[in-house]
Amino acid sequence: MNSATNSGRALPRTGRALPRAGRALPWALVTPALGWTLLFFVLPFVAMGFSSLTAHDGSGFTLANYSQFFTNPAYWQAMVNSLQVTAIVTVISVLLAYPFAWILAEQVPERWQRLALMLAVLPFWTSYVVRSYSWLLVLAQNGVINRALTGSGLFSEPLQLANTRLATVIGFVHFFVMLLTLTIFANLKQLSPSYRKAAADLGAGPVRTFLHVVLPLTLPGIMVGAFLTFVLCIGDYITPQILGGNNELLMPQLVMMQIGRRGDFPLASALSIILMAVVTIAYLASARWLKIERA
Amino acid sequence: MTINPDISNPTTRKPLSVLKSHLHAACAATALLLATGSLAQAADLNALIWCDHADPALLQPFEEANGVKVNVKEFEGTGAGMAIVEQSQPGDWDVMVIDSIDIPRGVEKGLFEPLPEDKLPLADLFPQVKMDSSTVVDGKRYGITEKFGYNTIGYNKTKVDPADMQSLAALTGDKYKGKVAIYDYYLPVIGMAALAIGKKTAELTEADLPAIKEELLKMKANAKLVGEVTASQTALATGEVDILVGGGEWVTAGLAKENPALDFSIPREGAVLWSQSLAMFKDSKNKDTALKFIQYIMSPEGQARLATSACYWGMPANTKAALSDEQKKILRFDEQPDFLARAQPYPAPDADLDKKMQDVWTEMLQAQ
Repeated sequence: MNSATNSGRALPRTGRALPRAGRALPWALVTPALGWTLLFFVLPFVAMGFSSLTAHDGSGFTLANYSQFFTNPAYWQAMVNSLQVTAIVTVISVLLAYPFAWILAEQVPERWQRLALMLAVLPFWTSYVVRSYSWLLVLAQNGVINRALTGSGLFSEPLQLANTRLATVIGFVHFFVMLLTLTIFANLKQLSPSYRKAAADLGAGPVRTFLHVVLPLTLPGIMVGAFLTFVLCIGDYITPQILGGNNELLMPQLVMMQIGRRGDFPLASALSIILMAVVTIAYLASARWLKIERA
Repeated sequence: MTINPDISNPTTRKPLSVLKSHLHAACAATALLLATGSLAQAADLNALIWCDHADPALLQPFEEANGVKVNVKEFEGTGAGMAIVEQSQPGDWDVMVIDSIDIPRGVEKGLFEPLPEDKLPLADLFPQVKMDSSTVVDGKRYGITEKFGYNTIGYNKTKVDPADMQSLAALTGDKYKGKVAIYDYYLPVIGMAALAIGKKTAELTEADLPAIKEELLKMKANAKLVGEVTASQTALATGEVDILVGGGEWVTAGLAKENPALDFSIPREGAVLWSQSLAMFKDSKNKDTALKFIQYIMSPEGQARLATSACYWGMPANTKAALSDEQKKILRFDEQPDFLARAQPYPAPDADLDKKMQDVWTEMLQAQ
């Protein structure tokens, strides 16, 4: 076998340059994607960056929008709240989704897996807003949970579940467990059974095989799901707004607040860019695991 | 007549000419669609509105009587509404619903057209809600108040003592701790906090903010949630809370049939008067239709329909609104002279004070 072929470097060694049309083809194919990214990401991002450096009253360039975030504790607190909620949601979602995905991939017979997966993601089919309001009704003082708790005599007074951080976390976890289940399930299905057989042949028990073989090999799937959860959760406005009862502000709520009455787009832009910087840092921190390779 | 075989039989044509022909056809169809669209648009009325104007029961009679379609776009908050206008082409919008106190902002941006006072029923309006200090700029009327109400105390009279609701002090006392929701809009609730500490809403300055913040924090300590319109209304209606700070007829009246226990009070310290106005855009291409729309909304029939709109009820600005006796009773129409005498205007801060008020509100929301 040709060693050059194995290394994946053999194909264009013809000694002749590609014809002009051949050279243009890759660019032609990639142009729509580049154009899309330029139009709908780069340009809006540049516009937002520009806006974040302008004064609300149009008096010129300023860094005041950024300094406001770092000097006002109420603004800074919104970022702390967002990071706390996002971290809690991501950890709980991973802890719930992994065994769920494991059961789907390993315990459910192959012919039922498609149906089981469809049932698992069924809540995706309902509107995000409707789902959040439904949770509000479930968690309310007169909701299903409180009625069950007081009816069974476990509690004499209803618990405050709705309009709390707990409610926000529950709403988020419900959504993100489904997302994580899909990414982890895909990773588990790619994992060749030979690894576990080899581990067993070498004397490893099920727990050791899981901890030292399966878990490390499925880490990319977990990290991809966790990163998606982090990005979507930290930027979400609807769930904390409906379920959190505004008893604390998260960053997206703080951004929206600047727009509603005052139309302060420069400050809203600065806050959005800071939020985006945090997401970028999260990406860089997890980048080494964000690569799914066929096991 | 000779037939060009290239045209009659596409299979015999060169691919390039087929593509050209399809492109021509697509361009012609697009041009036709655009032309049809712009014609339809010219006959339509485009309105930037709040949700109460989206009720078909309000719009249909006008559309049928005038043979026009009213295209509506809802927005929340003057800032968001202004942003929509700034991102649109001049002439895209004909009329706008706006907080009465924000009309000068639109005038300053050169958005609005003066309204002909002689063609509007100004004499029939409750005098206190004309809001000339906001709706008239440099001697010209740019807006007309169409609906008003109060940001005050909304409550469930079967759960709280109505006598307690006659004072704003009940909102910060221990008796109703955990039974309170706060309407999530900083201007009216800051106005209520100002009333609670004996300040006049029209005279608020930056120096008043620390005391107002303290009062807001006391309210927050008693509150279960701080919610926008739907959330706060739902919380009161479902029994999650028994009192809504900032509530009023706009919360209780629309739910009166399903939940007659909901009521509102105008406490001794007073309440904050809210009002919404209609304005016409300077660049409107349909100024005649826009004026007709404003006249319809201000007519007795339009006022009754607007006051009892599906999204939220409110008092009609026109004293001659064609409301039924039952509707008047729900809105407490006959008590309006007394309510209006005790109500204070919506806080109308300048841009700097507005920002500081919003920051105080943010600090209140973040307080644990």
